[in-house]
Amino acid sequence: MAQNIFSDELNAYLAEWKDKPGNLIMILHRVQEEFGYVSREAADEVSRQLGIPLATIWGVLTFYHFFKLNKPGKYNIQVCLGTACYLKGGDIIIEELGKELGLGVGGLTEDGKFSLEAVRCVGCCGLAPVMTISGEVFGKVAKNQISGILDKFA
Amino acid sequence: MIHLTVQGIDVEVAEGTTVLEAARKAGIKIPTLCYHPDLKPFGSCGLCVCKQEGSKKILRACSTPAAEGMKIITHDHDLYEVRRTILELTMSTHPSSCLLCTKNNKCELQKLAIEYGVREQPFEIRLAEDKKDRSTGAIVLDPEKCIKCGRCVQVCQGLQGVYALEFIGRGDKTTMSPAAHLPLNDSPCIKCGQCITHCPVGAIYEQDHTRDLMKAIADPDKVVAVQIAPAVRVAIGEEFGLKPGEISTKKLYTALRRIGIDYVFDTNFGADLTIMEEGFELIGRIKNGGVMPQITSCCPGWVDYAEKYYPELLDNLSSAKSPMMMQGAVTKTYWSEKSGIDKKNIYSVAIMPCTAKKTEITRDGEHASSSGEQDVDLVLTTREIARLIASRGLDFTNLPDSEADDPIGEYTGAATIFGVTGGVMEAAIRTAYFGLTGKELADPEIKLVRGLDNVKRGEVDVDGKKIRVAIVHGMGSAKALLDKIKEDKAAGRESDLDFIEIMACRGGCIAGGGQPYGTDDEVREERTEGLYTDDEKSVKRCSHQNPSIKKIYADYLGEPLSEKAHHLLHTEYAQVPVYKQ
Repeated sequence: MAQNIFSDELNAYLAEWKDKPGNLIMILHRVQEEFGYVSREAADEVSRQLGIPLATIWGVLTFYHFFKLNKPGKYNIQVCLGTACYLKGGDIIIEELGKELGLGVGGLTEDGKFSLEAVRCVGCCGLAPVMTISGEVFGKVAKNQISGILDKFA
Repeated sequence: MIHLTVQGIDVEVAEGTTVLEAARKAGIKIPTLCYHPDLKPFGSCGLCVCKQEGSKKILRACSTPAAEGMKIITHDHDLYEVRRTILELTMSTHPSSCLLCTKNNKCELQKLAIEYGVREQPFEIRLAEDKKDRSTGAIVLDPEKCIKCGRCVQVCQGLQGVYALEFIGRGDKTTMSPAAHLPLNDSPCIKCGQCITHCPVGAIYEQDHTRDLMKAIADPDKVVAVQIAPAVRVAIGEEFGLKPGEISTKKLYTALRRIGIDYVFDTNFGADLTIMEEGFELIGRIKNGGVMPQITSCCPGWVDYAEKYYPELLDNLSSAKSPMMMQGAVTKTYWSEKSGIDKKNIYSVAIMPCTAKKTEITRDGEHASSSGEQDVDLVLTTREIARLIASRGLDFTNLPDSEADDPIGEYTGAATIFGVTGGVMEAAIRTAYFGLTGKELADPEIKLVRGLDNVKRGEVDVDGKKIRVAIVHGMGSAKALLDKIKEDKAAGRESDLDFIEIMACRGGCIAGGGQPYGTDDEVREERTEGLYTDDEKSVKRCSHQNPSIKKIYADYLGEPLSEKAHHLLHTEYAQVPVYKQ
């Protein structure tokens, strides 16, 4: 039996919600909160504790864009590709970030520092194109500003 | 009762009937791709759209309950156009390479495309990546052909309770796959092949081994010996236009000889042998206080499931090998010695209704090679052998009869009913009764074990002693029963059962994953009837009465459960992780 990789708090949370209907998504949220993503090991542990088949859990994890299956970088970069940002060149921002960091969407830099994802509307279309780095919002981003922004997280 | 009209035709149906079923009762077929009578309505394909008179609202017939006074329109110009568009959209993500598809001529999508006269593809073609999963060696998943109807997922989870397949991803990226993008062989898959027989298109199919057989036949150094499983004989005729349930045993023997096979034996001999070993094992457990209840082990899907999900119950499983594996073992030992044909030159082939059998021939290491060679070299399903027979230009329905070869071809009625749910139990009781009492059953037919109820339970009176039995078919139906046994066992409580038969497929092997397409309960009943008829017509209806069985014990094995029998005819089980990685 694999070792329980969850914190005491997380285990207690699972115990509390174990038998309540509709618990799976909440529990997976809580797992992602603890690890930043839901690893295969974490999904196995949820499966074991709840008695829900791994396939069912994987179906949920891959259905909702919110859930991450890969470990994010120390700084997670989200580039908005919602309608407004897309029209204002969100895709160009992604391309530039990719060049600077040497990774594609969904990737992680070798040093584990930056991860890159494309997201839908982040709720501030007036600032398009928008990107966020670990929660910090950068609006009206121009291609030539990217390198400077990344330097702030060096 | 509910009264409604479908296309103006009055129809009366029971409460809970769907509009789709009501229409069928009125003689009107509404097209479907995701609906299957074995499964709960799923409403994913959208083809069964209907309307009510006076309303523009579109209903899905499969998941709309019939209601009093409904006036249902199933076919008009609007619905025709809607269905055509759905077909065109479905086909825009489905390859048009029908000639290369195993389901060509048997594909539900192809049939509808013909009916609706779809000749062009107006939508942009967007095919999924062609990444076939052949990891199991028995079942091929071909996501490029998948139309995402969800039947396989429903079968795998609902009917079978296996949870190997799930909808992974979303939108047009969805695939029916195992968790974590694992190959099917590393998932909980038990290779039962029910996903194959339920897939409306050719997105899941058996790993084809027909060319291996042709190669072996062409090899002058190989002596090819074949065995035929009970369930094959009442289904193979369907591939040549016969009705389900028609007994084609003797035509099949002839066909196999004409293909070039040297010796034709019958798995039913192996089934009679299984009953001797398993029946006497049961008697031993009852008399000596062994682990109870004893559970049958002929079904490789069930054995696979048990090794993954119920390791606590592995010592409840009969150690007897399946009839196929026993037949393979005696082919390369007993028959090899009798015939003077070196076992190294014997190529042993099994014709099975089952895809899991393809993996069973190597599942248990040295036990699978108890003769010193691999006991069974190749498994072909009913569908594969039918293709081969057709390719040899044989007019199957008009072939003359012939008999199986001695001394491992003779069988009793007890053996032939192995192919149906309850059959192994019934056959075992016939012989166990004799073993325990020294008398023959007055009536060999044990009706309480028959039929399509998911779980059948009852008591059989053996000279005053009650043997408490249960029969389960459809892997998903076994969970409650197995959990209870596990619980009792953990608590040290005596079980309320003595003997359990489990088969992974609903109806038993007659509806196995290797059988002709189009299986539903009606077909299951017809094939079942065929096997019971084969039993009724048999002169000998109990395994211990088979003269060839008596002879193999007298000449070779000694007695049931002898050391030699143990070596050749029994196996072991071990826990397997639900996920291999």
